Amino acid sequence: MRLSRTTRVVLLTALVVGLVVIWFPLLLVLLNSFNADTTFGWPPSALTLEWWARVATNQGALNALWTSVQAGLAATVIALVLGTMAAFALQRYRFFGRDTVSLLIILPIALPGIVTGIALNNAFRTILGINLGLFTAIVAHATFCIVVVFNNVVARLRRLGGNLQEASMDLGASGFTTFRLVTFPMLRSALLAGGLLAFALSFDEIIVTTFTLGTGLETLPIWILNNLFRPNQTPVVNVVAAILILVSTVPVYLAQRLSGDTASGGRL
Amino acid sequence: MTAGRSTSAFLNRTPRLRLGLLLSAPMLWLGLAYLGALAALFITAFWHADSFTGKVITDWSLDNFETLVTDSVYRTITFRTIAIAAGVTVIDAIIAFPMAFYMAKIASPRARRILVIAVLTPLWASYLVKAYSWRTMLSGNGVLHWMLDPIGLDTPGYGLTATVITLSYLWLPFMILPIYAGLERLPDSLVDASGDLGARPARTFRSVVLPLTFPAIVAGSIFTFSLTLGDYITVKIVGGTSQMLGNVVYDNIGAANNLPFAATVATVPVVIMLLYLAAVRRTGALENL
Repeated sequence: MRLSRTTRVVLLTALVVGLVVIWFPLLLVLLNSFNADTTFGWPPSALTLEWWARVATNQGALNALWTSVQAGLAATVIALVLGTMAAFALQRYRFFGRDTVSLLIILPIALPGIVTGIALNNAFRTILGINLGLFTAIVAHATFCIVVVFNNVVARLRRLGGNLQEASMDLGASGFTTFRLVTFPMLRSALLAGGLLAFALSFDEIIVTTFTLGTGLETLPIWILNNLFRPNQTPVVNVVAAILILVSTVPVYLAQRLSGDTASGGRL
Repeated sequence: MTAGRSTSAFLNRTPRLRLGLLLSAPMLWLGLAYLGALAALFITAFWHADSFTGKVITDWSLDNFETLVTDSVYRTITFRTIAIAAGVTVIDAIIAFPMAFYMAKIASPRARRILVIAVLTPLWASYLVKAYSWRTMLSGNGVLHWMLDPIGLDTPGYGLTATVITLSYLWLPFMILPIYAGLERLPDSLVDASGDLGARPARTFRSVVLPLTFPAIVAGSIFTFSLTLGDYITVKIVGGTSQMLGNVVYDNIGAANNLPFAATVATVPVVIMLLYLAAVRRTGALENL
């Protein structure tokens, strides 16, 4: 496209400034986790590793980390199974109500988190009579993680087409053998990418978690929120925030390198 | 093995059964459990809570909706929330468009891939951590004070301005990505043709680029609008004492222990979003999601 030099320079400046604004707060959290000043005045007067050492012995933060990992792993496994099944159904078949089903899959993430949160809270406590605990949070997380796996698998299936499966069946392999030896190996990286994204999503989620996790339990984001307004906890909160940034962006970066087909899509 | 083989052969002959099996578990989970929970919530909105025990009493009335509409506190909060959502959407569109334009039209294909990852990755960084980082930045001795002080300005402090800034920051990637995708589909030749016919860049932008990418901008606005309407944590972290709709819902679940009223208030963002979706349907924005 022909554009004047000035236009190019102006647009480039806008892009660079925008990217700096997007990344600066994240880098600031990482940097502040080493800031020796407990009120995080800027610029930092000195750097220290003390807060990182203190997190390692902070029982509340460690418990929260363990809860987050458990919830994330369990929700990811459920989402992988359900998301893959739904992806096969919608990509390989044409049937009445197909659009409704795909709308239903994105609904948990399209509606405001607070609506999903109180709807599930109400369903667990008053309809089903289940006490809130880790299990209820896992169910809630799996609900909004399905879409992530679904999107990755659908994108991969669309690219693959069905020829190889048909060839395998023509050569006499059963449906299960075909899945094990042909379909699954080709889906593996898409499943890994979807799983990583689902884990990252679950690891960060706070609103739905607030309404579905039992009292006395904390995931890392909830631990941060509970300690955010306690002045003596701020340094440790900063370290936990830094950990969250690392744990959620690294898998996403890997997932994007792995899949190649999620690059153009949004979070949905 | 033979049993497995015959099952497999049977499934292969009956594609409808295969489809049914594939759909069963996801549909039980999302269709029955999740939709059921949503439906139950909106039924609760017509009940009310015992003011002493907080126990839900199941008699039908429109009292909750009446309170919501007539009480000026809730009216103010609703309009404030909508105004914040609209402000955030406009700010994000203005910031996102030039960024997306450079990414889609000027950057080389290799740089484009890297730029998309650079925009996408922070989207997944914890929402809470980002809001928290802005709290640190906006504080009286934070980095904004340090940067703005020499030029005679100061950080806005915690309040509505801080809320709008932080929410705009949080949802910016949601606006960049659809616009980027929309611009990628816009043929360069149309822009060049407009220039050849003598249009200045501003005219080309107004008469060619903007109308063709408008659906993409609207698609982005669906995210920024919906996410802002449901938010209650950012406003708690950087908003000082201001309240949004989400806070009313949250407080009614927790402190006030009035689930039916919380459900009533929660219908507001859902209804606004449904109206918004209906209004933008004709622009073709929904195909850009």
